Amino acid sequence: MLRTTIVSLSMVLGLAGAAFAADAQPALLYDVGGKFDKSFNEAAYRGMEKFKAETKIDYREFEIQNDAQREQALRNFAKKGNSPIIAIGFSQAAAVEKVAKEFPDQKFAIVDMVVDLPNVRSIVFKEEEGSFLVGLIAAKASKTGKVGFVGGMDIPLIRKFACGYVQGVKATDPKITVFQNMVGTTGAAWTDPVKGGELTISQIEQGADVVYAAAGASGLGVLQKAAEKGKLGIGVDSNQNHLYPGKVLTSMMKRVDVAVYKAAMDVKDGKWTGGINVLGLKDGGVDWALDDNNKSLITPEIKAAADQAKADIISGKIQVHDYMADKTCPF
Amino acid sequence: MTEFFDMIIPVIGSAVRLSIPLLFACFAGLFSERSGVVDIGLEGKMLGAAFAAGAIAYHTGSATAGLMGAIFVSILLSLVHGFASITHRGNQIVSGVAINFLASGLTALLGQAWYGEGGRTPQLPDSARFMPIDWPGVATARVNLGELGNFYVNVISGHSILVYAAFVMVPVTWWVLQRTRFGLRLRAVGENPHAVDTAGISVALLRYLAVIIAGVLCGAGGTYLAIAQSSEFVRDMTAGKGFIALAALVFAKWRPFSAMATCLLFGFLDAAGSRLQGTPLPFIGQVPVQVFQALPYILTVVLLAGFIGKAIPPKASGVPYTKDR
Repeated sequence: MLRTTIVSLSMVLGLAGAAFAADAQPALLYDVGGKFDKSFNEAAYRGMEKFKAETKIDYREFEIQNDAQREQALRNFAKKGNSPIIAIGFSQAAAVEKVAKEFPDQKFAIVDMVVDLPNVRSIVFKEEEGSFLVGLIAAKASKTGKVGFVGGMDIPLIRKFACGYVQGVKATDPKITVFQNMVGTTGAAWTDPVKGGELTISQIEQGADVVYAAAGASGLGVLQKAAEKGKLGIGVDSNQNHLYPGKVLTSMMKRVDVAVYKAAMDVKDGKWTGGINVLGLKDGGVDWALDDNNKSLITPEIKAAADQAKADIISGKIQVHDYMADKTCPF
Repeated sequence: MTEFFDMIIPVIGSAVRLSIPLLFACFAGLFSERSGVVDIGLEGKMLGAAFAAGAIAYHTGSATAGLMGAIFVSILLSLVHGFASITHRGNQIVSGVAINFLASGLTALLGQAWYGEGGRTPQLPDSARFMPIDWPGVATARVNLGELGNFYVNVISGHSILVYAAFVMVPVTWWVLQRTRFGLRLRAVGENPHAVDTAGISVALLRYLAVIIAGVLCGAGGTYLAIAQSSEFVRDMTAGKGFIALAALVFAKWRPFSAMATCLLFGFLDAAGSRLQGTPLPFIGQVPVQVFQALPYILTVVLLAGFIGKAIPPKASGVPYTKDR
């Protein structure tokens, strides 16, 4: 109760404060994981900060505390003339669809889901391509011949990560075993590091020595337990290599920041388009992370193999299976 | 057979780790309800404690300081509950629910205001956490003792100090309740407060002591979640454990050793669910992940409905004490 009151109060104040700006301000609506989840939402935040730094145009943002606030927040943004209004996360789709219909002249964008309306830009990523690469790296780095995957909520999107990962592992060495677990089936699965950690321990005890986390804040538990047990974790969405330096093999980066930045820039430059934007390796939408924290783990051989596979995926020589296309994973 | 042991022993180890927050919360409830104060706010107290542990351990760099802070916060919440339900004879359920709401909202709000990480506390270094303790001989036990060694390594050894404290708490609680004067009075005040009052002992004082003990235990449970099992506080990280602990308490008929067994059972179901996910079972094949995740709840309901016998709560439990005039 208290939370709702405080949130709605702060929304009213926030909205009143920023109504008079020259350029239309973009607005950003985070998903339940929260702005600083060290992962997906935080990437969106960074993209917007970059836009702000370059254009000196401020932006508006809102972190929802419960599902009911999605529509309310979007409608508020729309009424105040924010443009574009960017919603982060697949679970915003229904709300975006509804509000975008109510405001057909406003520009909306949604990340991770397709909303088929002319005034909505649907930004989706080829997570399977990035996951393929980290799967390949995991397979090369594994000494036990067993690797793991811990997903957040059991939804097709996360299955897509898993499928690309498995394909990458198997393409490198078909004999490697891949353990797959999901934290849960509800939204709480994104914020349960304890469960994520237990699943990781369970995989490690079965012999896995590299575990890929695609589980939002639950993934923090995965990386922590992997590091604690002297094994390797793989981060997701943002570059998470710095969380446990030398213990995070790499991160599958999903450049939500790039997509968010571009959406805001396009509106400012008058180059806005609706429709579906699919960002893969070719467009720099996904990638694997290499920095000071993990360079000791990535041998020249691994790097060469990853670079080769990346080039092959871009050229079309390697076809990475998209789980969403047929809802099955052939591996 | 070896294969079976290799699979089941780590699951038991995992069950021990997962049952600890339940165990602390369940015993907190046990003390409170045995004294006649129903405590539905276990969840909120653990959550508040977890937040305090995460925040204080971060600022002081000391896990012990985190534990102390967590216990302090949890006792404060207990006293709020006591003040409303003992001193002012308010509805104990309403007061407990209020504590849950307060803790859930306040931890997220303060966490966001102080650290700006979406209600989380900053990640802790290992030195500020309760780390697993390896018992002597762990390195060689596996080789020398076979399956017994495996059990020793995975189940007996390798837990943080709080885990061992939780198991020490069980016989101590039994002893306090059954063999001390304080325990006798505590049980009496939950069954027949008038008799206790007639004997010239303060009902309110005893009940306050009970909720304070509950606060201490919830504090330990929250600390375990935030800085032993994880390395930070995450919003709403108790995830219903306080309520499962209450179910365990009813299931165990408010008795210490049964309570421990029930908490271990619930922990085991949780652990088995995690382990069996994605593993094909003989004759059935691959079972959807949802089945395993629902299993603890289904079993809880079945057990509660069918096999529990008669659960008789302390007679005066939930009834505010009013002196006859």
